[in-house]
Amino acid sequence: MFKDIFDSHDWNSVKASIYAKTDSDVMDAINKSKLNLEDFKALISPAAQPFLEQMAQRSHQVTQKRFGKTMQMYVPLYLSNKCSNSCSYCGFNAGNAIKRKTLTDEEILREVKVIKSMGYDHVLLVTGEENRSAGLSYLKNAVHLLRPYFSNISMEVQPLEQNEYEELVQEGLYSVLLYQETFNKNNYPKYHPKGKKSDFYYRLETHDRLGKAEVYKMGLGILIGLEDWRTDSFFVALHLDYLEKTYWKSKYSISFPRLRPFSGSFQPNVIMEDKELVQLICAYRIFNEEIELSLSTRENQKLRNNLLKLGVTSVSAGSKTNPGGYSADPEALEQFAVSDDRSAKEMEELIKQCGYEPVWKDWDRAMNIVHSQE
Amino acid sequence: MNKSQSLVIAGKTFTSRLFTGTGKFSSAVLMEQALLASGSELVTVALKRIDLETQTDDILQHLKHAQFNLLPNTSGVRTAKEAVFAAQLAREALETNWVKLEIHPDPKYLMPDPIETLIATEALVKEGFIVLPYIHADPVLCKRLEEVGAAAVMPLGSPIGSNKGLRSFDFLEIIIEQSKIPVVIDAGIGAPSDAAKAMEMGADAVLVNTAIAVSDHPIEMAKAFKMAVEAGRMAFEARLAKPFSHANASSPLTAFLED
Repeated sequence: MFKDIFDSHDWNSVKASIYAKTDSDVMDAINKSKLNLEDFKALISPAAQPFLEQMAQRSHQVTQKRFGKTMQMYVPLYLSNKCSNSCSYCGFNAGNAIKRKTLTDEEILREVKVIKSMGYDHVLLVTGEENRSAGLSYLKNAVHLLRPYFSNISMEVQPLEQNEYEELVQEGLYSVLLYQETFNKNNYPKYHPKGKKSDFYYRLETHDRLGKAEVYKMGLGILIGLEDWRTDSFFVALHLDYLEKTYWKSKYSISFPRLRPFSGSFQPNVIMEDKELVQLICAYRIFNEEIELSLSTRENQKLRNNLLKLGVTSVSAGSKTNPGGYSADPEALEQFAVSDDRSAKEMEELIKQCGYEPVWKDWDRAMNIVHSQE
Repeated sequence: MNKSQSLVIAGKTFTSRLFTGTGKFSSAVLMEQALLASGSELVTVALKRIDLETQTDDILQHLKHAQFNLLPNTSGVRTAKEAVFAAQLAREALETNWVKLEIHPDPKYLMPDPIETLIATEALVKEGFIVLPYIHADPVLCKRLEEVGAAAVMPLGSPIGSNKGLRSFDFLEIIIEQSKIPVVIDAGIGAPSDAAKAMEMGADAVLVNTAIAVSDHPIEMAKAFKMAVEAGRMAFEARLAKPFSHANASSPLTAFLED
C-alpha cells in the first residue's frame, strides 16, 4: 500500500531537497532518457526556472511522439452539488448556503442531450461527496443511464470501497479521478475539518483500492494553492511511480487544478504563477512520457491556447460546473468559476488551428462489455 | 523466401510492402493525403477510434479509396476474450475478416501479451479470421502462431511509437529465417533508413505510423518511406553483399593446403 511509502517521506525534508537542487541537477535531468524521482525534483525546483524553454521543447516533442498531433476532448457532467464535507476552499462546502440539487434520471438525460449536441463522447461525472443522495446505487444508475450515449465514462466523486468500484466497472465505468488535495498531512485537517474527507489516509489509499478493482484509468493530483506546490507535486510523482509499478494494467492521468476565486471566502495560500504552472506541466511530461495530462476550464483562454502544445493531452470546453447547468438550472451554484467560457466548437477550431486533431472518441463501450461479462 | 515474388497474405497480393497506421495525424485530410502518397495498400485503424454505429465516421470517410484495404486493430483490449469480441465487432461493422491483433495489458509501453495473443489467434482463426498478431520479436512465439494459423506475424522492432529502429535485430533475423508465413516488422520504425534496413534483411513488409504521422511534413515523409521500402526490397532481391570486417589478403588458416 502507498501509505508505507508515503510515511517514509517527511514533508520538510522533501521540501528542503527540492529547494537545494542546482543548475547542473536540472541540466542532467533534462538530458536524461529515463528520469527518476530525484530528477523530477530538479525539474520542479526553483533552479529549473531559467531552463523553461528547453523543458518546453522537450515536453512538446515527447508528447507528440507518444500522443501524436491529437487532443482528447472530454466534458464534465455535474450530477449533484450536495456534499457532507466542509472543505474550506470549495463552493460545495456543506456550510455554504447554496441551492442544492441532485439530478433525477430525467434531468440527467436532458443534460446528455445538450452535451451530445456539443459533440462529446467522453464524459466525466462529478458530484460533491455525499453518500446518502449520491452513493453507490445512485452512481451505478447514472452510469447505466449514460452508457448508451457515451463511449467513455469517467467519474470524480467521493472515495469508495474496492467492491463498489468493481460494481461500477461492471456497469461500464472507465476511469476514476481522485485528488488528494494536499499531501501535507499536518495541514490537511485544516482544510478538511469535517466529514468523511477529514480521514487523510482513507483518501490516500483510494488509488490502491482502484488498482485492485482494475479500473482502466485513474487520475491523480493535488489542488494547487493550498500548500507548497513543489513539495505537493513531488508526492504526486511519488504516488504515480508506486502506482505504475504496482497496478501496471491501469492507465494514469494527472490534473493540476489551481484554486480560483469562488463564492466562499477562501483565498489561495500559495499563488502559483503561470510560468510555474508551465514548469510543472513540462516536468510531469519529461518525467513520464506516457502520462495523460488533463486541462480544465479553470484556466483562462490565453493560457489554455498556449498550454495545448506544452504537454497537455486532454481538454474540456464549454463546461458547466453546476448540476443541470447545460440544460436548465442556472441557479444551483457552481463549484468553481469557469475562466474559459468558449464553446466546444470554438475550442475545436482553435485546436485545429494549432495543428492538432480533436479526438472525440478513443474508446469503445464494447470493450467494457466483455470485461463486465467476466 | 523466393526473390521477386509479390507479397501474398492469405491469398491477397500486395504490390506495396509498406503498411501504415492511421493514428496521431493532425487531421483526417492530412492522413488521407499521406497514406495515398505512401502507396500503402493495407492501413490499420483502431476499432476504439471509430464510430461503428454511424456510417459517417471521419476516419473511415477518408479511407474510402480502392487502394486501401482496411486492417482493423484491437488496440485497447487486455485479454484474449476482449480481443475476440472486438474482432467480431470489427468484422460486422467493417465487413472484413482481417484483424490486426493487439493485446497489450500494459497501457504504458503497450507491450503485447504473448500468452493472450496466442490464445486469441487460435480462437479467431477457427472463426475464419485472417489474423495478423502484433508481438514481441520472439522466434518461438512466431512458430507457435504459425502453427495455429496466423496469416502473418508482426514482430516489433522496438517499443511502439519510440522511433528507435530495429533494436530487436538479432531476433528478427531468426524469425525471418525460420518463418513460413510473411513477417511484417511493426513498431519502432522511426526513419526511412530503418524501413530500408528491415527490407534488406528480408522482412516481407513493414508497418509505419508514428514516424509519418508526427513528421512536420507527413506527405513527404510517406513518400520517403515508400522509396526506402522499395529500395530495401530491391537490394534484398538483388542479394545484398554482406560487409566484411577485415580484408582477405592472406589465408593464415588454410595456407597450408597450398604447400
